[in-house]
Amino acid sequence: MSRGGKDLAVVRRILDGEEAAFAELVEAYQSRLVRLASSFVSSRAIAEEVVQDTWIGVLDGLATFEGRSSLKTWIFRILVNRARTRGQREARSIPFSALGKEGERGEPAVDPDRFTPKGMWSQPPERWDSDTPEELLMRRQAMGVIQATLQELPENQRLVVMLRDVEGLESEEVCGLLEVSEANQRVLLHRARARLRRALEVHLQGGE
Amino acid sequence: MLTCKQITELVSDYVEKRLPLWDRMRFEMHVGMCKHCREYLRQMKLTVRALGEIPAEPPPPEVRDELLRRFRDWKKK
Repeated sequence: MSRGGKDLAVVRRILDGEEAAFAELVEAYQSRLVRLASSFVSSRAIAEEVVQDTWIGVLDGLATFEGRSSLKTWIFRILVNRARTRGQREARSIPFSALGKEGERGEPAVDPDRFTPKGMWSQPPERWDSDTPEELLMRRQAMGVIQATLQELPENQRLVVMLRDVEGLESEEVCGLLEVSEANQRVLLHRARARLRRALEVHLQGGE
Repeated sequence: MLTCKQITELVSDYVEKRLPLWDRMRFEMHVGMCKHCREYLRQMKLTVRALGEIPAEPPPPEVRDELLRRFRDWKKK
């Protein structure tokens, strides 16, 4: 069955009142939703409240789900809307319209001191002895470094990289969800990924 | 010829397949000849893939139970 077909089948079962189908959805998304909501609000407790609220929104809106986006994106959209409202009330959320200007482009991907004046490597990256992400993550708590770095990212970068790389959404979906232009999204993603690579580099070989 | 420094700024757009044809060709030409930039590109791809491997813990039983209770309330509506 196609993804869209599967999504619609799950939705139908829930609308028919099948508790197991809803439980499956909760198992699949609860932690992901809390993780994402935490990017918008100031505490874990508030993030959990936002997620509770999201589930109510999911149940109440389910009859209108038409499968035009994936169920995952649809649920994330409900969360983002609620988390954002909550974040604004806390005066924490940055309006996305203010993004991608100066400051976002400012930080170079790699410390400029590592290049010659002609822009060639003078301190090139040392080889990472990992060929797969699994191998990489097994080394010296690389996972912890990734998670800590995600928390340190500016909020807008964190949201984009969480949705794109952690949750695996497509670029167009993320742009729609965060109401950000494709170009801005790419800049934010680039900054976030560069920073995460740097953090791993420092951790893995004590470089930079 | 692109510089190594330029490669590090273009790498994400390259991975995203968003470089215009000419830039993509210049990017690939540089990376084909420069092992340091090849390693940089490899690290970037590994970083992105590692992000996709961050596990999501299953929800605590009490949270799950509370949500299922809400589901039953919703069903009654």
